[in-house]
Amino acid sequence: MLQVWKSFYARSDPAKAYSLLSPALILVTLAMLIPLGLMLSFSFFTQVSFTEIDYSFTIQRYIDFFQKNLLVSLLIKSVKISFIVTFVTLLTAYPVCYYIAFYVKKNKMLWLVLLTLPFWTSYLLRVFSWKIILGTKGVINSSLINAGLLSEPLTFLMYSETAVIITLTHAWAAFALLPLYVSLDKIDFSLIEAARDLGLSRLETFWKITLPLSLPGIIGAILIIFIPTVGDYVTPALLGGTDGRMLSNMIQAYFGKVNNLPLGAASATIMLITVAIVTMIVSYTTKKLTQRIS
Amino acid sequence: MEQKNNTLLIYTLLYFAFLYIPVLFLPIFSFNDANYMSFPLSGFTTEHYEEMWAKTNLHKALWASIKVGIVASVVSTTIALFAAKAFARYKFRGQNISYGAIMIPFLIPEIILAVAILVIWLSLGFKLGLVPVTLGHILFCTPFAMLILIARIEGFDFSLEEASRDLGENAWGTFYRVSLPLYLPGIIASLLLSFIISFDEFVLAFFLTGSDATLPMYMWAQMRFIQKLPHVLALGAVIIVFTTFIVLLAFWLRNLGQGKEKAEFGIKIHE
Repeated sequence: MLQVWKSFYARSDPAKAYSLLSPALILVTLAMLIPLGLMLSFSFFTQVSFTEIDYSFTIQRYIDFFQKNLLVSLLIKSVKISFIVTFVTLLTAYPVCYYIAFYVKKNKMLWLVLLTLPFWTSYLLRVFSWKIILGTKGVINSSLINAGLLSEPLTFLMYSETAVIITLTHAWAAFALLPLYVSLDKIDFSLIEAARDLGLSRLETFWKITLPLSLPGIIGAILIIFIPTVGDYVTPALLGGTDGRMLSNMIQAYFGKVNNLPLGAASATIMLITVAIVTMIVSYTTKKLTQRIS
Repeated sequence: MEQKNNTLLIYTLLYFAFLYIPVLFLPIFSFNDANYMSFPLSGFTTEHYEEMWAKTNLHKALWASIKVGIVASVVSTTIALFAAKAFARYKFRGQNISYGAIMIPFLIPEIILAVAILVIWLSLGFKLGLVPVTLGHILFCTPFAMLILIARIEGFDFSLEEASRDLGENAWGTFYRVSLPLYLPGIIASLLLSFIISFDEFVLAFFLTGSDATLPMYMWAQMRFIQKLPHVLALGAVIIVFTTFIVLLAFWLRNLGQGKEKAEFGIKIHE
């Protein structure tokens, strides 16, 4: 029997592949899928008192969510902030990747390492450094006041939606840069040259050749920025104040001092569904766009 | 290749400034002789560093972060090594689904992972602390480690392993003498980068630590008090220098012994 099993194993690639994969798949199942399932079931329970939870099934938490104007507006605001951050990051990062992919000849590697390096330094510290810059006694305000350009500090810089957007744009930049660069670098430059030889202007070449060919990178960047920023907790907590608060801050409160686990679980589930919907819309649009181009 | 374009070059340099300058304020103000972080700088001092060194809570948090980081990086790199081998070596049914499942922790908002682990941990009646944080970090680091290792293993000549088997080495001997030396730079890079990810990770730790603070949790607690900020700046500056050094070392290792055209950077993006 053992012999039969051994010879089957020796010839079966899937068996070998899955035994190699098993630790990772067990980890994902035990530490993520089952916990997520449990979180989902908690969203159907009721918090009776501070320590007590009623485990009978109800969809009341989802009704609660949509009846609380605060939660709905925070969800909308989270999505809005994420979209703005994604858009601004793409727009500002694209030229940089374009430059490195097509103009830099020597030491491309070094440019890329330098570009991604700040991303590896602590996220908390990167966010914190914006507090130093935007604060009422921070770098911008103190410099302007010293220069005599201001008498009172600009208060809108700190604890606002603007502060959150600026900080997130900085914090997630490296994430946009990687996929954008990879897709631009893959483009065969002779295609661009051919288009120009055939009489297209620089702008037309970019619009008709470069941009469509870099679409996979753009999509990758959109998803890779949008998903984590929707659920970002640190930036709104440190710099958002009341104006820049996002859904994740409420989720934290439900699991913390408010102590309403079921409503927190329902909010987290709704966030997850939002992320899934956006991912699907973006992937679907790409598919349609790529089909139209080719 | 394009000819020169100075406008774009200037723009790129400005963008680099935007990426780097905010982070540089931490080290600058950490040597400033004042409690507020404002200009003009009032004088040079190393007092904030001395103050930082004297905090015993900080030592505890640092030690906690190191422990969590070492366990998380070793376990996630080991798990990721097996998985990376499977994806680089074999074609099999369910390949894309398995790949997607392992990548999910990297793709969903971290707060959701944290909440999910918190719920199961409390339901099981376990105590919060460094154990659930480590578990969360292993989950979060594995996809990163796998991307790094797949990039290293892809293009590896597997006939070397077959030759070793044919010459009579057993599976373990083959791994130890043939595969491991070739994968080693990738493995070390993965260990270092996973350690850094865990060392800097905040959200999972925030939900799961209970009373045992990790270093980011310690900083978070201090950030609220203006009078305590200077020593957080000093600590931040030290962490930035340390992280940068480790990451550069990892990048260098990652590309060691790889052909020029394969020498990419950090993470390989799969489409």
